Amino acid sequence: MKKEVLKTDLLIVGGGAAGSYAAVTARREDPELDITVIEKAHIDRSGCLAAGINAINAYLNPGETPGSYLHYVKDDSYGLVRDDLVYSIGQGLNRVTEEVESWGLEILKDEDGNYLKRSSRSIKINGENFKPILARKVRKSRIRILNKTAALNYIVQDNRVCGVFALNLKEDKFYTIKAKVVICTTGGAAGIYKPNNRGQAKHKMWYPPFNTGAGYAMGIRAGAEMTTFEMRFVALRVKDVIAPTGSFAFAGGRQINSQGEEYLKKFSRITTSLRLFATVEENRKGRGPCYLDLGHLDLDKKEKLARSLLGMCPGMVLKWEDQDLDLSELKVEIEGTEPYIVGGHCQSGYWIDSNRRTTLPGLYAAGDVAGGAPKKYVTGAFVEGEIAARSAVEELKKLPQNFLELNITELIANEYNRVSSFLNREEGLEAEVLEDKLQQIMEIYAGGRSQYYRLEAEKLLMARRKLNELKAETVNLKADTSRELLAVQEVIERIEVAEVLVEHLLYRKETRWPGYQSRVDFPDRKKEWRKFVNSRLRTENNELEIIERKYKSLGDYAAFKDYDQADFYLEYNL
Amino acid sequence: MAVKIDKNICDGCPDYNQGRCERICPGSLISKQGKKAKIIRPEECWDCAACVKACPRNAISLYLPEEVGGRGTELKVQQKNKRSIWIFDREDGSRKVYKTG
Repeated sequence: MKKEVLKTDLLIVGGGAAGSYAAVTARREDPELDITVIEKAHIDRSGCLAAGINAINAYLNPGETPGSYLHYVKDDSYGLVRDDLVYSIGQGLNRVTEEVESWGLEILKDEDGNYLKRSSRSIKINGENFKPILARKVRKSRIRILNKTAALNYIVQDNRVCGVFALNLKEDKFYTIKAKVVICTTGGAAGIYKPNNRGQAKHKMWYPPFNTGAGYAMGIRAGAEMTTFEMRFVALRVKDVIAPTGSFAFAGGRQINSQGEEYLKKFSRITTSLRLFATVEENRKGRGPCYLDLGHLDLDKKEKLARSLLGMCPGMVLKWEDQDLDLSELKVEIEGTEPYIVGGHCQSGYWIDSNRRTTLPGLYAAGDVAGGAPKKYVTGAFVEGEIAARSAVEELKKLPQNFLELNITELIANEYNRVSSFLNREEGLEAEVLEDKLQQIMEIYAGGRSQYYRLEAEKLLMARRKLNELKAETVNLKADTSRELLAVQEVIERIEVAEVLVEHLLYRKETRWPGYQSRVDFPDRKKEWRKFVNSRLRTENNELEIIERKYKSLGDYAAFKDYDQADFYLEYNL
Repeated sequence: MAVKIDKNICDGCPDYNQGRCERICPGSLISKQGKKAKIIRPEECWDCAACVKACPRNAISLYLPEEVGGRGTELKVQQKNKRSIWIFDREDGSRKVYKTG
């Protein structure tokens, strides 16, 4: 492995939705800045938008406001979100949508030229080329892009993040990238739990399997405070092809069980997690499988649906064409995916302030890796990228010119030796072996699909013990190529994220989000648990410390002290 | 593997040191070996179809694995002037085409 040292003013780790938007914003804020984006894959087709997307699901249609968005997100998350983060996302959603339209994204319009509404917070787009459009804008903004470059660890000196160590797959290169300020936009974590399918269909999963929790793991190791890992995300999806059920919603689909019963009607209050939970319960009680019944679908509607799905989930249409299905009466089987850790749908991630600053000096976070603001989706990731970039540029202005004259020879040698120790070994474990073991442990003892996502203390304690043993095995991993070295790094990341996840799951002694976090031993929601469970690795003794943080309503945050939004959630008394 | 590369059509992108599919794959799962692109970790594929769209010779197609009941239909995509043409070729020789964009 060759070694190379780079210096940059602003380093953005991850060129997905949040990272791309942060890069473009930073350039706009400062035309002279040296900005670098490192991207594990290739920026043209990386992150969640690789296949495209057919709707923007966080947009405020006429009648909606940042306040109504906060109300919805908080209600859907059973009263526990960071009001300041969610509200500030709401303030920016429409601006960033219009901005990306000006970059070339095609947003569908109605006869009057208004955006075509899918629901009160959703509009339809032709987004198959969404990622290439973002990438082109980043390139036009004179940003240095290092593709096929995966971050390994932060460079931390005097308690400040001063860059990252990274691995370049194409050139077999070990990078030391020194940066005055770093923004982490690496996305969430998939592959912690056993996937739905086996063999060659293993990764017919909803979230990108290449998002392995790198940013979480780097933050955990460096002692960053993390929040709400226990709110796992489980998507309700069309079986086998994992197409989003939302794409079918236009036809007013009804969720029915095997007996044709509309099982959601048993509940007075429907949330995103409850739609999943209710489906899982039908299966558990022997009334599955469950379906999304779209009723009669004429040819024109079917073709429209197919074209819309091609720009996001071509596998769904492939299935129809492959099986030559008669879709005139469309009833698709639905099920839950394996659980993911993701801050854009749920709220696991870095504990950040309203400027998107993490608890580690020099480090900001945005998008799926940032916690506290569920349902931000793509446009919310843009808004966070924008806020993080603005805050980072402000901080950069205040730093001395010679800021990067670091003496880190020893840190470089240590990290290089750690990484290269996996290479050129005659014997050792392949990353896939430990990945399978990890997924098996989490599946059985930490509430996987086969366990109906149910959690209990005894099993979680078993998961803790087994993960501890598994972690000890990672020193025996081996890699023959740089791609295999990346796989080694990724399985270590996943194990470290899983360890923190299990501690969070153990700590919350209630059931707040049915399906996502269902405790068999604490089945009820409790008022006193309306608080954040955070954690931080104490680097001096390598122990994970749990930190409780109070829930605050919007007006209690200094930046929003003039906003009086009544805490409606109190009416549920939970 | 839910993506297949037709060895008879793939020319390994002779003008580039990396194949277009190799460069674009979000999982870095494709590698040029000799003069042909090869999927090195097929079971890790996400079915995003980025390689199918990037291949200048249309040598790559998406199909449904047997594990989820696939019957051999292959999907190829041609991209021209912001439009995508999606071609489904079934085992029995029949074909369905969708146009988007």
